[in-house]
Amino acid sequence: MKQLIFRTATGFLLPLLLLFSVFILLRGHYLPGGGFVGGLIAAIAFVLHAFAFTLKETRKLIKINYRLLIPIGLALAFFSAILPMFKGLPILTGLWVYEPLPVVDMVGSSLLFDTGVYLVVVGVTLTIIFTISESA
Amino acid sequence: MEIILSVIIGLLYSAGIYLMLRRSLIKLVIGLVLLGNGVNLLIFLMGGLVKGRPPIISATAENIGLIYADPVPQALILTAIVISFGLQSFAIVLIKRAYIVVGTDDLDKMHSTEEEDD
Amino acid sequence: MLLAVLSGFIIATITPLAGKLFRSKWSVGLTAVPLALFIYFLSFIPAVSNGQVLLFNYEWVPSMGINFNFLLDGLSLLFALMITGIGALVYLYTSSYMKDDPGLDKFYGYLSLFMSAMLGMVMSDNLFTLFIFWELTSISSFFLIGFDNENKESRKAALISMALTGLGGFFLLAGFAIVANITGTYTISEMMGSGDIFKDHPLYIVIIICFFLAAFTKSAQFPFHFWLPGAMKAPTPVSTYLHSATMVKAGIYLLARFTPLLGDHIYWNNTLMIVGGITMVYAAFHSILKKDLKEILAYSTISALGMLVFLLGLGHAEAFIAMAVFIVVHALYKATLFLITGILDHETGTRDINRLSGLRKVMMPLAIAGFLAVLSNSGIPPSFGFVGKDLIYSATLHSETLAIFITVAAVVTNIFLLYSSFLAGIKPFAGKLPSEYKDVHMPDWRMWVPPLICGIAGIVFGIFPMLAEGSIIRPAVSAIAPEVPEFHLQLWHGFNTVLGLSAITIIVGILLYVIFKPNDRHNAWMNKFESFSPKSIAAGVNKLFMKFAVTWTNLLQNGYLRIYVLTVISFLTILLAYKAFTVSSLDINLTKISALTSAEVAVMVILIVSVLYAVYSPSRLAAIAAMGVIGYCICLVFIFYSAPDLAMTQFTIDTLTVILFLLVMYRLPKYVLYTNKLIRIRDAIISLIFGTLITLLALEVHHEPTNKETTRFYAENSYALAKGKNIVNVILVDFRGMDTMIEIIVLSISALGVFALLKLQLNEFDREI
Repeated sequence: MKQLIFRTATGFLLPLLLLFSVFILLRGHYLPGGGFVGGLIAAIAFVLHAFAFTLKETRKLIKINYRLLIPIGLALAFFSAILPMFKGLPILTGLWVYEPLPVVDMVGSSLLFDTGVYLVVVGVTLTIIFTISESA
Repeated sequence: MEIILSVIIGLLYSAGIYLMLRRSLIKLVIGLVLLGNGVNLLIFLMGGLVKGRPPIISATAENIGLIYADPVPQALILTAIVISFGLQSFAIVLIKRAYIVVGTDDLDKMHSTEEEDD
Repeated sequence: MLLAVLSGFIIATITPLAGKLFRSKWSVGLTAVPLALFIYFLSFIPAVSNGQVLLFNYEWVPSMGINFNFLLDGLSLLFALMITGIGALVYLYTSSYMKDDPGLDKFYGYLSLFMSAMLGMVMSDNLFTLFIFWELTSISSFFLIGFDNENKESRKAALISMALTGLGGFFLLAGFAIVANITGTYTISEMMGSGDIFKDHPLYIVIIICFFLAAFTKSAQFPFHFWLPGAMKAPTPVSTYLHSATMVKAGIYLLARFTPLLGDHIYWNNTLMIVGGITMVYAAFHSILKKDLKEILAYSTISALGMLVFLLGLGHAEAFIAMAVFIVVHALYKATLFLITGILDHETGTRDINRLSGLRKVMMPLAIAGFLAVLSNSGIPPSFGFVGKDLIYSATLHSETLAIFITVAAVVTNIFLLYSSFLAGIKPFAGKLPSEYKDVHMPDWRMWVPPLICGIAGIVFGIFPMLAEGSIIRPAVSAIAPEVPEFHLQLWHGFNTVLGLSAITIIVGILLYVIFKPNDRHNAWMNKFESFSPKSIAAGVNKLFMKFAVTWTNLLQNGYLRIYVLTVISFLTILLAYKAFTVSSLDINLTKISALTSAEVAVMVILIVSVLYAVYSPSRLAAIAAMGVIGYCICLVFIFYSAPDLAMTQFTIDTLTVILFLLVMYRLPKYVLYTNKLIRIRDAIISLIFGTLITLLALEVHHEPTNKETTRFYAENSYALAKGKNIVNVILVDFRGMDTMIEIIVLSISALGVFALLKLQLNEFDREI
């Protein structure tokens, strides 16, 4: 019975939490939040799902290998860092699209960087937790 | 408040060190976590305690007001928290692996395993 | 010029990559490098002999005053020609001598490394580049001595030489630092104008002690000479190149280079004279007692180096001329003898002087080369050595102090050297050919041509001394001495005291050779004194040092983690306590303290209780729960004091940490009390004292006015420059983006570590345990 409530709740919580984590990531530049927190929240959502169902189910849900998120995130962050160099600016200079969007407000290379951080954090956390629980 | 916080920092340090001096591996890691918390709080305290003024520029303004919490230690601690998670998970796994290989979590026994074969 | 100096480094990088090519017969092609350099340096002779000093500047670390400043004057050119010239011969020789060695490419790599380092050293005009090249010669020498790395003796000899020359290197750096501090420049040529500021400086003695230690260890002067015979474990081309012709003369070069600055002082001259004098007599005496060819040559090399130092110590222009000539003479004949020794060893398999004889019948060209080298070594006309010896005698005779005494010392040394050169260069070829060597045949031309060239050069310079005089010797001397008197190198000076001394040397030396034969008895007799020798003393010091290190390590690094922690914490506690009691003036400014609310008090109480619970709980689960509670409480503290980002991060991380602990926990044993009560009380006291001190520190820090400049910069520019309003986030992703970049890399590494630790299969070894 307990399990049932937990599972049902998790089923709703997972998309909500993921959405929330992306929201947190996007607004990070203007309000509390950012890549680190966003990534952690997303990771917690998946961990919760793994507890409610099984690790196997969660794996199936994520579809891609979550370990791949680490190199992808690193590459994204690195790419955003060297992006200004193509325009002859020093590394890590912020580049901006001058048209504010809702929630995100202005979009710039630092958002790309933060997204990279987000992906790395998700990848790292899931790798650690899942590896441990698998072999526990 | 600062006084109480200072005392708590001291307490966290003491507890952390005391646990690190134990022979049990698991206590050592808990001690490490407590010590890390103490350090974070100490850095936080150094930046000064400000109530209700997060280092965020309000949506309408271009500039932050005169009184605001120091963002530098905050950024520092945020990094430290995340990194310490990496460190702790690695430490925990190391313990586990060591326990599987050696069969004990007594640090003193681990010390003697490398010379066991001669 | 930069390319010329660094070419060896380039070759050293290429050879291991192109390994296979240089291991084959193509290795001989590498000879082109030193040969080209030799010709390149020859082209500077006209300019340099006109008294020009060529400077080449390349910036390296301009902000620290470290540049590739190269200087080419007579002294540098003399050494450069020697390095490249002998280098070319040695390269050629090696290609045949080591042709079957699987590490030939590596060997050429080290050799090229050495050649470049040596070239760089003699041409450096900057103190620090000089030092770096100096150390590089030591390092390449280490690799070359230990080239036969499966032989224990080789490794030991390499280590000894490294330790000694490294020690000298430290002193050199110290000496350079002081010199640079006094003159305010790192450039040697700029210093040269600074006159006598050193000689009256209170630190003069310290400086020259540093320089002496560096030069004496490098050039194997008594009592640091013992590494050189050991270094003969290296393959013969190395002994030829590094340990007789070039590297060991680095110390001589250093002393000569700095003679205009530091020399002409009673301490300088007398020390050099005494140390050089002792070395030359002591080593020459040793050389006649040995029966291994290489050992004989090693000791005679030490003796020759002593002679050079001694001549520098005499300190007048005539002595400098003699020194410059003797450097060339020695390089030529010693290279010849070493190369011959290598061939004999290679072809007959022995270096025992008593077993070798009559080989002229099978190796005529070698016998000629040996004979020519001996002529030069013994100072028999018409060799260049005769010119050198005449100069040495006339320099000692014209010395202002103790002329008779030092002349006798020089004569005695030369008699012994003559004897040992006869042993090395004539003995193996004279007499009857033993039947076991009937089948010995000439080696490849690449091996016998180089010694022959060296030997012939020694005679050509002797017959036509003017070839060397104006081109090299005079410019070299003028780099050392303030003014050079008119002089002409010549074979024939007429009948005078000097000629008489030469005659005495030759006659007594030959008599000695006829009468005295080296055998094991002498060696045994010498070994009695072994326990007093500098080598044994150094070994003793080394042993004591090791003992001390072991005791010390066992005391502090005993493998118990908590003892390390205890040591570190105790030390910190003492330090902090000392500061707290001497400096701190604990007056707490109550006005700066913010007020308490009931919610805060509640959080604090929970925090304190859970900390105590985490420490004292007998259950693992409870301890972990308490740890989680502590994390959440800290999260609340962050909320109270305007750190929403921190609160969110702390909350999520804390959750994950607790999950992590719980996942692993069930696989770990239950809490067991390992220690007794007494130790627990001791640890409790130490940690409480430490905690109290941290509390005091926290209070103290809080009442110091803090510098908020950085904060203000970030706060003001956050929106203006980075278009962000959450300053913490802007710092993370923009202002300090590089740090965050590195942080996520670290995180990835830790994840990799976790994955590797758990997923990789336990190997066999682990399973057995």
